[in-house]
Amino acid sequence: MTPLLPVMAADPAGLLPAREQMALSLGWHIVLACFGVAFPAMIFVMHRRAIVRSDPVALGLARRWSKVSAVLFAIGAVSGTVLSFEMGLLWPGLMGPFGDVLGFPFALEGLSFFVEAIFLGIYLYGWDRLPPRLHLLMLLPMAAAGVVGTYCVVSVNAWMNMPTGFRMVNGQVTDVDPWAVLFNSGTLLQFAHMWVGAFMVVGFVVAAVYAAGMLRGRRDEHHRLGFTVPFVFATVAALLQPVVGHVLGIRLGQTQPSKLAAFELATTTEQPAPLRLGGLLVDGEPRWFLEIPKWGSFIARGSFGKPVRGLDTFPVADQPPVNITHVAFQVMIGIGSLLALAVVVFWLARWRGRDLRDNRWFLRFAVIAGPLAVVALECGWIATEVGRQPWTVWHVLRTTDAATDNPGLWWSYAGACVVYVGMTSGAWVVLRSMARRWRAGEEDLPSPYGPQRQDA
Amino acid sequence: MTLPVLVAAALFAGVIAYGLFGGADFGTGFFDLTAGSSTRGAELRTLVDHSIGPVWEANHVWLIFVLVTWWTAFPTTFAAATKTLFVPFLLALLGIVLRGAAFAFRKYSGTLAQARLFGAVFAGSSLIAPFFFGTIAGAIASGRVPADGNGDLWASWLTPTSLFGGVIAVGTCSFLAGVFLTADADRSGHPELASTLRRRTLAVGLATGAVVFAALVPITRDATTLSDGLTGRAAPLVVISGLAGAATLVLVFMRRFSPARLSALVAVATVLLGWGVAQYPWMLVDEVTIDDGAGADATLVALLVAVGLAVVLVLPALAYLFRLTQSERWTLR
Ligand code: HDD
Ligand code: HEM
Ligand code: HEM
Repeated sequence: MTPLLPVMAADPAGLLPAREQMALSLGWHIVLACFGVAFPAMIFVMHRRAIVRSDPVALGLARRWSKVSAVLFAIGAVSGTVLSFEMGLLWPGLMGPFGDVLGFPFALEGLSFFVEAIFLGIYLYGWDRLPPRLHLLMLLPMAAAGVVGTYCVVSVNAWMNMPTGFRMVNGQVTDVDPWAVLFNSGTLLQFAHMWVGAFMVVGFVVAAVYAAGMLRGRRDEHHRLGFTVPFVFATVAALLQPVVGHVLGIRLGQTQPSKLAAFELATTTEQPAPLRLGGLLVDGEPRWFLEIPKWGSFIARGSFGKPVRGLDTFPVADQPPVNITHVAFQVMIGIGSLLALAVVVFWLARWRGRDLRDNRWFLRFAVIAGPLAVVALECGWIATEVGRQPWTVWHVLRTTDAATDNPGLWWSYAGACVVYVGMTSGAWVVLRSMARRWRAGEEDLPSPYGPQRQDA
Repeated sequence: MTLPVLVAAALFAGVIAYGLFGGADFGTGFFDLTAGSSTRGAELRTLVDHSIGPVWEANHVWLIFVLVTWWTAFPTTFAAATKTLFVPFLLALLGIVLRGAAFAFRKYSGTLAQARLFGAVFAGSSLIAPFFFGTIAGAIASGRVPADGNGDLWASWLTPTSLFGGVIAVGTCSFLAGVFLTADADRSGHPELASTLRRRTLAVGLATGAVVFAALVPITRDATTLSDGLTGRAAPLVVISGLAGAATLVLVFMRRFSPARLSALVAVATVLLGWGVAQYPWMLVDEVTIDDGAGADATLVALLVAVGLAVVLVLPALAYLFRLTQSERWTLR
């Protein structure tokens, strides 16, 4: 069996730990980032309902969500800071030569974080201090900043997949055009997919929390509304996502055929290509899969007749790790299809007069839909990033040349693991305890050492 | 002024803003750490929560601005610095992460025991981050970062300039925070807290001043280019900084907390500016100049556009946030 992440003897000492650390910190950040992108919009809808309809239940939910977002955005921001450092610490071979090529979108991203952080501060502390309608409006710059920020970071990633905006002359980067990077043709679709993905993640995760409450018998208006608003967001997103993803996939045939071959487990060129469900590459042969004729061509190329290039048409040194890429890709698609189906079922039933919020099996499914959406998101990124290997910048910079040669990197990776486990547990403990106190009727959650609580 | 110098000026403006606002946030950690037992320290810790709660994330973004502008405008020097100063960068990062997370966790923790744990992490890591930023500044300013980034992982920053830089950074942040916290406590009607804070702030200020004096000789020996600049071109700024620092001490002593905030800001801003002026025209002292380290012109122009956008979009919003937090309605009751 081929090793999962082949490492050559000549690779820089930092390569493997740098990859692992990058994957860990990005994979962690992206979940919190989704909340930064999508949660303000959901809080806005809830808070607006509270004001327009004078709905106390909605107001309570909006207040609680804003407190939750205070915790999530804080760890989102620090985990993003980790990434900014890591770009340099782990990938000096990327940042040195290409910093001025890819940096500009990051600068604009920084601006949008500024806006997000400022209005977050105003919104969180503005409760009972700002006039209600003005207070509500503070969410809009946050939501807008989420869009701009996502577009900007994703444009860097899209550039890594389809580099433009510079020329290589004798190994030197020249003719840099930062605007071409910002507006590179790959960004719009990738951004759309990511943005919609963020709404799926947050929608299903928040809905899952209230579904769990309903399963435990808390079937009040608070839980019903807390479920429905995010679920509506998730519904729209789940229906859009396969469409966007499909269009995104079609592009790969031209731009990154070796990635596509790994997605499709295509060892040799086939026309028309079948769709292989499941399966792994064992000793260079695909095994244990279910074959659906012609559908591979349709999914990858948008037509039942077109060929899909096989891995054997690429030099071994240019092939990505196939198994990780393939499995991650299929898990994303599988979950995406499942979730799209589930929301269709829910609304069809609703249209036929049945409320599935009263059905225990549906609620159980809704509880796992949250984690499933997160898994889909992670898998999508893993497929994209691992499928790009061995290139960091497609056909321009190999990952081996991007990585640091620092031999001590395993230590920093180990430290990163400890910190992320700690942060995850901290967030878990604190969010659980917030929920517990809310259920016990404490609305304000004063700090335990605060003047109100000194006797406690 | 060349294009790269213009961008470097914008970058340095970010460093100063981070030093002032981020610095004041970090410094609260010192007072939080030394506030005493949970009961005795409750009032002060609540004040810390209240003072930096709404602003710390915004103040933190200055760091992102600095990093991003640095790697975009002067990419090779960024790569060289992160390679050579891997260890202090990593430790500063650790401080930032632990501090941000623990601060948010503490505010909403359910029990006193949890709040103690998160509080200790918050306060301790608030001191770690500025210390290592100080060592990074010291290493760059004393010419320890070679252009190709192959400096020694340890010896490059275990130097007098770096270590003093770290201690001075911690002291300065704490002093700044002390002045602001004292003013906040005074304004919100906590006279006893204000007088405790006043005493501590004076002590921190005097101690930091003493360290700065003690550092003069070793730094002059260790970082010649920097000290030439500090005693030459940047001398007026250094003098202003010293005067403003002394004035702050006097004002705090006289309980004139509001004007003390301004003079404290001036003291810190001028010392940072003095560093920048002294180090000019070097990006990495004795190794790479600003002009030589700069990236493509088109990118520098684009960055200036981004800076212009920031001035138009971010600064007014930031001013609004600060004005709200300083207003009567937002004051801790
Ligand atoms: C909730 C998350 C989620 C869901 C349900 C889906 N995706 Fe996805 N997908 C992502 C989240 C995601 C992602 C994590 O956001 C990625 C990684 C990079 C990117 O831009 O989006 C991604 C990447 C990605 C790529 C790779 C693009 C590239 O490498 O350039 C393709 C081809 C698809 N997706 C296709 C699909 C299809 C056909 C789906 C149908 C069900 C689907 N995705 C569901
Ligand atoms: C698709 C990928 C990404 C998305 C959608 C995304 C989105 C976001 C969002 C919405 C935030 C705001 C924090 C919050 O409210 O939780 C954030 C924070 C941050 N992100 Fe990301 N991010 C992504 C990847 C990256 C990458 C690759 C980097 C850097 C290399 C990065 C750097 C940062 C930084 C520095 C912050 C902190 C800003 C602050 O201080 O508030 N992000 N990100
Ligand atoms: C816009 C956002 C992103 C940017 C700019 C970005 C950038 C990078 C860079 C520079 C590397 C190292 C070079 C390389 O291995 O090719 C990398 C690797 C990686 N990233 Fe991303 N990334 C982004 C989003 C994500 C997200 C959200 C994930 C979530 C899981 C992710 C997962 C990975 C993984 C798994 C690797 C290691 C690939 C390997 O070496 O096998 N990335 N990314």
